[in-house]
Amino acid sequence: MSNSTRCAACKSLRRRCPQDCILAPYFPSNNPQRFLWVHKIFGASNITKMLQQLPVELRGQAADCMVMEAYSRVQNPVYGSVGIIHQLQQEIIEAQKEIIKIQGEIAFYSAQFQHQHLQQSQINAEQQHQDSFFSDFKS
Amino acid sequence: MASSSSYNSPCAACKFLRRKCMPGCIFAPYFPPEEPQKFANVHKIFGASNVTKLLNELLPHQREDAVNSLAYEAEARVRDPVYGCVGAISFLQRQVQRLQKELDAANADLIRFACNEIPTALPAPPGVSSIQPMAPRQRPVEFSRRMGNEGDAFYQPSAYSHPYILPWSDNPSGDTNDGGGEGNNM
Repeated sequence: MSNSTRCAACKSLRRRCPQDCILAPYFPSNNPQRFLWVHKIFGASNITKMLQQLPVELRGQAADCMVMEAYSRVQNPVYGSVGIIHQLQQEIIEAQKEIIKIQGEIAFYSAQFQHQHLQQSQINAEQQHQDSFFSDFKS
Repeated sequence: MASSSSYNSPCAACKFLRRKCMPGCIFAPYFPPEEPQKFANVHKIFGASNVTKLLNELLPHQREDAVNSLAYEAEARVRDPVYGCVGAISFLQRQVQRLQKELDAANADLIRFACNEIPTALPAPPGVSSIQPMAPRQRPVEFSRRMGNEGDAFYQPSAYSHPYILPWSDNPSGDTNDGGGEGNNM
């Protein structure tokens, strides 16, 4: 990549962007903010080191994850991505509680329904018994 | 060897960096010498000067939580150099989605029981009041999947248009320049 089309990383670091710049594929010049986030949190040399240690086919995903973590940390300097993890864990706990509550209510309705059904069966059986008694009596 | 501000051995950070641990060392309260790996991970992923800058931007009472969350993220990234703690976020998101479906199904069952399964034409047996069907249950909890949550002490609302964008969703970013994910601005 020539100087006139430096990647966002090299532009930010005010250096020449070589043809084989390791950061260029993941920090294009049209999205400078992406690099600014990771540079602020991880530092350019750390990102470069981390990406260099990975096979090429995994570097894109790694860069994207680092961008996400950096962005989270910029938004929330105290908890970063850990704040998101905590929120999701809370959502899971609430959902599980809610499901248990609803299952309890379903069990209640089901028991009520069965109780009513049983009572109705008993009423019907008594009625049949009475009908049969009276018909025997008449005959 | 110089003592840390606590008089004892230098903090884990100064030990790692092989420098004097001065009184007032910003790392000393959060990187005790008994936990060398904690600083080693943080240093490897974020670097000492970045951590110093981050801590200096925070109020003193926020620093412990910040260091612990940085240590968590650093360890996650050491264990998983590609996804880091985003892997955990992805896993938890899938759990939330699964539970959401389960909750919807349970709600549907409840509505069915409450509105349809209780026969309203039955005579009320003596001593037992007739059952009034419950009003259809509203979705009890809105599981906001925004990164932010107003009023939550943990973090501020995010400017994400698509929260929790996972870079490896349908369009793997690979070497593309679009930052991965679906329609995100990153």
